[in-house]
Amino acid sequence: MSPLDSPALRAKQATRRADIRTDLQIIADMIAPGSRVLDIGCGDGQLLRYLVEEKGVVGRGLELSQDGVNAMVSTGLSVVQGDADTDLADFPDGAFDTVVLSQTLQATRDPRFVLEQLVRIGRHALVSLPNFGHWRVRLKLLVGGRMPMTASLPDAWYETPNIHLCTLRDFVELCAACRIEVEKGLMIDGQGGAKPIASLRRANLLATDGLFVLRGR
Amino acid sequence: MSALASASHLERIERLPGHRVVLAEDAPLRLVSGAELSPITVAYQTYGTLNAEKSNAVLVCHALTGDQFAAGVHPVTGKAGWWSLMVGPGRVLDTDRFFVVCANVLGGCMGTTGPADVNPASGEPWGLDFPVVTVADMVEAQRLLLDRLGIDKLLAVIGGSMGGMQVLEWAAKHPERVRAAIALATASHHTAQNIAFHEIGRQAIMADPDWEGGAYFRSGRKPRRGLAVARMTAHVTYLSEPALHRKFGRKLQDRARLSYGFDADFQVESYLRYQGKSFVDRFDANAYLYITRAMDYFDLAADYGGRLAAAFADSPVRFCVASFTSDWLFPTSEAKRIVQALNAAAADVSFVEIDTDKGHDAFLLAEPELHATLHGFLSAECERLGLATAPLALLDPEEIGQTEDRVT
Repeated sequence: MSPLDSPALRAKQATRRADIRTDLQIIADMIAPGSRVLDIGCGDGQLLRYLVEEKGVVGRGLELSQDGVNAMVSTGLSVVQGDADTDLADFPDGAFDTVVLSQTLQATRDPRFVLEQLVRIGRHALVSLPNFGHWRVRLKLLVGGRMPMTASLPDAWYETPNIHLCTLRDFVELCAACRIEVEKGLMIDGQGGAKPIASLRRANLLATDGLFVLRGR
Repeated sequence: MSALASASHLERIERLPGHRVVLAEDAPLRLVSGAELSPITVAYQTYGTLNAEKSNAVLVCHALTGDQFAAGVHPVTGKAGWWSLMVGPGRVLDTDRFFVVCANVLGGCMGTTGPADVNPASGEPWGLDFPVVTVADMVEAQRLLLDRLGIDKLLAVIGGSMGGMQVLEWAAKHPERVRAAIALATASHHTAQNIAFHEIGRQAIMADPDWEGGAYFRSGRKPRRGLAVARMTAHVTYLSEPALHRKFGRKLQDRARLSYGFDADFQVESYLRYQGKSFVDRFDANAYLYITRAMDYFDLAADYGGRLAAAFADSPVRFCVASFTSDWLFPTSEAKRIVQALNAAAADVSFVEIDTDKGHDAFLLAEPELHATLHGFLSAECERLGLATAPLALLDPEEIGQTEDRVT
């Protein structure tokens, strides 16, 4: 492999500012410049790189895929290979200002434990997740009688990593059960627009995804 | 092999190229064991140029049988230095931009004070009267060297295996003097299995009648057979079964059929015998005992109440930890133990596992993914400090092949 064709370089080129995904941009806008951020399930490092380079945050990443980790480290990001289900317990209380869990909760084995860890490690947690209560999902299941596939849930049931899907209402209820405070909730629509959740009932039907700011009590 | 290979230890170290500096003259070096050494000599090599701000220094820590000749031509073997793929112009440790320092460890046999040197009290070589040294003592000797060189803060300290232990020790004991710590194929302590293999090697040396209780300098005969067996055993632990299979399989050496005797029928036997024989030309048996002991004694957490994370509390150091999938001597599980402790200390850590079949020795070889990762990690540090960065140069395939032949 030539250094001119390394995964590192390709990752770097793929994550120029203009390329950051809309949902990640919404998260990035909620993070204070210069703060300490842990991005769990940081994927290809798009958000982390943006935060480090554009907002001067002290950024760390945790990612399951070793190939992804190696590519990110070779672009200078601080990332370790690890599993949210097992490795979050290592981190000390309040080590970060913000812990980000973007589109990952539904793929964890123990979402409740993971949520509790997020608000323990971070002063705030930013969690985004697909909404299984979206009307399109409900309709596909009701009319088609098969597991729904949508833009937010693109994989067939037998190959999806999403083993713990939930609706926005389910999520908010789990937070309450865990004594986690939902400071803010945003509903994301199909076009990537975000607006504050005024009515959970309405958001649970109309949002393709939800984004929540959480804090431990 | 150069003329230095057949020279006696004392002749050899006098004729070795490079720098030697006498340290701990006024205040003795107090070892972890409580013993004191004064003065000590440290033999070291430098590559590249120290900048005016003294901000581009990288300390390379060598492994058990390495030495200060990381790059360039090795003066004893006549072959390339043990990390010449890593150290040089356009390499990960780019000598056009960095000032690379590599010192022979305390207890070694390439010019830094060790058991083959003369004990000032007796006028003859130390032998087993030499005090037992630890990884912490090795690092202390390096610290004295950096003080002498006027380097307050290292851009990076880097090493694999025992070199990685020194890296961890540096970061734990002197976090204010290290910006980035790169620990490869290493562990925070030597495991029972690691100690067991070392003990086999030591027993092989001590069972050689020529060892003479460590006083073989009197007879002039070296415990060559014992040291060779120690090296053969250790060498197997540095490789993986897939690598051995790829290289040798069950192929026979210079014969068409089995001898039904105990000649080196198999290529792998012949290879190991060669490895053992060539090793004794460049290494001292007592130094092998002392350095393996230092590795066995290494247990960083023990210095911090048994909690490894406490070794890295509030550490400002950026860490990069790397392991190799086929390394069964320092497996990924040990690297993860370090990473876990660094996470628990909320330290700035990157961890990569490199997929390779080359075993523990992979850190010495051409592993493009390792090199790309380390290059990126160091470049980020350079950008922070306003130091120049440069792309990695392509490695010459011929050189890669020579390294493979030399190491494995």
